Amino acid sequence: MDEKTLRAIIEEVLKEVGANDGGTAVATKTKTQAPQLRITEIGPAQRGTDPREVVIALSPAFGGKLTQTITGIPLGDVLREVTAGIEEEGLKYRFIRVFRTADVGFIAHEAAKLSGSGIGIGIQSRGTTVIHQKDLPPLSNLELFPQAPLLDLETFRQIGKNAAKYAKNESPTPVPVRNDQMARPKYQAIAALLHIKECELLVDGKPVQELKVEL
Amino acid sequence: MARSKRFEALDARPVNQDGFVTEWPEVGMIAMENPGDPKPSIKIENGKIVELDGKKRADFDMIDTFIADHAIKIENAEAANALDSLEIARKLVDFNCPRSEVIKITTALTPAKLTEAVSQLTVVEMMQAVNKLRAREMPANQCHVTNVKDNPVQIAADAAEAAVRGFAEQETTVGIVRYAPFNAMAIMIGANVGRPGILTQCAVEEATELDLGMKGFTAYAETVSVYGTEPVFIDGDDTPWSKAFLASCYASRGLKMRFTSGTGSEVQMGYAEGKSMLYLEARCQYITKGAGSQGTQNGSVSCCGVPAAVPSGIRAMLAENLIAMALDLECASSNDQTFTHSDLRRVARSLMQFAPGTDFICSGYSATPNYDNMFAGSNWDADDYDDWNIIQRDLKIDGGLSPVTEDEVVAARNKAAKVIQALFRELGLTEITDAEVEAATYARGSQDMPDRNVVEDLKAADGMLKRGVTSVDFVKALYRAGYEDVAESIYNILMQRISADYLHTSAILTKDFKVVSAVNYPNDYHGPKTGYQISDERWAQIKNIRQAIDPATI
Repeated sequence: MDEKTLRAIIEEVLKEVGANDGGTAVATKTKTQAPQLRITEIGPAQRGTDPREVVIALSPAFGGKLTQTITGIPLGDVLREVTAGIEEEGLKYRFIRVFRTADVGFIAHEAAKLSGSGIGIGIQSRGTTVIHQKDLPPLSNLELFPQAPLLDLETFRQIGKNAAKYAKNESPTPVPVRNDQMARPKYQAIAALLHIKECELLVDGKPVQELKVEL
Repeated sequence: MARSKRFEALDARPVNQDGFVTEWPEVGMIAMENPGDPKPSIKIENGKIVELDGKKRADFDMIDTFIADHAIKIENAEAANALDSLEIARKLVDFNCPRSEVIKITTALTPAKLTEAVSQLTVVEMMQAVNKLRAREMPANQCHVTNVKDNPVQIAADAAEAAVRGFAEQETTVGIVRYAPFNAMAIMIGANVGRPGILTQCAVEEATELDLGMKGFTAYAETVSVYGTEPVFIDGDDTPWSKAFLASCYASRGLKMRFTSGTGSEVQMGYAEGKSMLYLEARCQYITKGAGSQGTQNGSVSCCGVPAAVPSGIRAMLAENLIAMALDLECASSNDQTFTHSDLRRVARSLMQFAPGTDFICSGYSATPNYDNMFAGSNWDADDYDDWNIIQRDLKIDGGLSPVTEDEVVAARNKAAKVIQALFRELGLTEITDAEVEAATYARGSQDMPDRNVVEDLKAADGMLKRGVTSVDFVKALYRAGYEDVAESIYNILMQRISADYLHTSAILTKDFKVVSAVNYPNDYHGPKTGYQISDERWAQIKNIRQAIDPATI
């Protein structure tokens, strides 16, 4: 992350903190969308009954205030790959947004609990992703991808594919784990700033929303 | 504009790949002394704290309530908090003021007061204070043993080598959660092949971690995380009381346990409430104390990149270690996470704990090359073993490790790989081939290991849990396989659950399963030539590096 980018983000966050002073969190749908990704809330999310669905839960700022991952991958592309992975396995998907927490473990668990198959995917704006299953403890997971800077589009497709396989009661080989010890020195402070942005959009007591996502 | 060649060269240096940010006090992006930090205060009525650090009890959040009710020694609180913070700071450093006297004062202070006191000190003074306030007389070290493939044969071999090299505690974690039982088993067996009496743990989700501990797959736990603001706690579906309950679960099973926290976690999770990272970490240490934990892992830990990005951040990490020690807690002092591309910065950061010595200088020195470190990389890794040993020799300090020979290491790795192969066979798990044993014996990391059938491994690991296998079954299986020595070591680790002597502060075990803790070996430093002194025997070990040329041979 070069200093200029970092500075630009800090300044933007500062500006928003200033703008939000004394106000309440702004719902994402009122924000400008990236041209290729349109997300609309369509009411409180329901528990699915279709065993052939995977639910994808987005963090509060996903596709609203934040339009790309920590390494600059457009979030519309991320969703295109994840959903393509699910479709390749012949399954369906639904999108929801969680407002009570920006913790990716809980977001993914929420998706799993509402999913007809019991399998859900949670994705934060910066790219951090979890595949979850409804009967696991919230902070456990089927597969966790904690190092957002290492996630490329191919990995997101594999994540969608594996989630669908779990939903079909298969035992897929987990997506190969990747590790880069220099991701933290480079990205951690910026990840903190991005997370602050997610948290500014939390709405206490607002139920999980069903989303219409146009890719 | 033409570019200065000097600046071009500077721009290309590793340090300039690090992320730095300027302070932003309003959101808590500041290491120490945030103008938003509360001013210290305390009021006690009828034996109850009714005001803490500028807040009346009616305005307490749940953390204030927990600290006021459980974490401050109230008998001495008014007198201690009435002392000038600078005077307290001087007592922390002054070797004429013994540890026992300092602890009486510091355990009665409020979080803001103790934060204010340590903030008076330079890093040199803090190191002096750490030298005196570390709970256990002699320092020790802890390592991480993981790999990107979750290969259990490699874990066993790496753990054995790490034990030979001197780590008293070893920690593993997983790439894939469902590998946890295999990883926990492999590190425990491997470590105790290398040197009997090594304590091992497996850092995973808290309920799973407790379950593995209850089955005897681990000897201690560390990943019981606490936070300095209420929203971060709630975001993790937790409270100080739920963490205290978890601590007592471990205690009831006779399992050693410490909490984990660190500067930067609250701002990382978006809720620092406009306070400094150090003040919030002080609150974590009071929660740790109040919940009855014998110790802590702190020093920013996995949030290291956040304080390291702001001014005085490395100093804050030392300050938080010092706060833990001042609260009479065991301190595993981090140095376990990458935070920089610069070799100079990473050594400077570690000397803060390496030079004075802490209970565990690293709470995760990577016993593998960093590409295999599943805690996202440590500040030190297996490729640095010689550097660490030579720094010990250069400065005559005890960082817990010893130089070793290639023969010793190869032999220990080979035995560990064979023992885990036999244990897998006896327990009816997946096959470990002779080729894997051979590869693990000589491997540097997982790039030298053949791939395993991950799906079959995960099924076998799950099946083992469903069958209710415990470490008593490990002991029996090892005995059947002819590894009676390893069986006995694992048995002795389990026996600690019953005697529970290793639940005392800062406990580690010798190769003869004798407990060394802050109770039988308290730090009694009170000036030069007191406290822990490197013995002649130990100095001979530290000096004996394989690279030194014996003048007699020339």
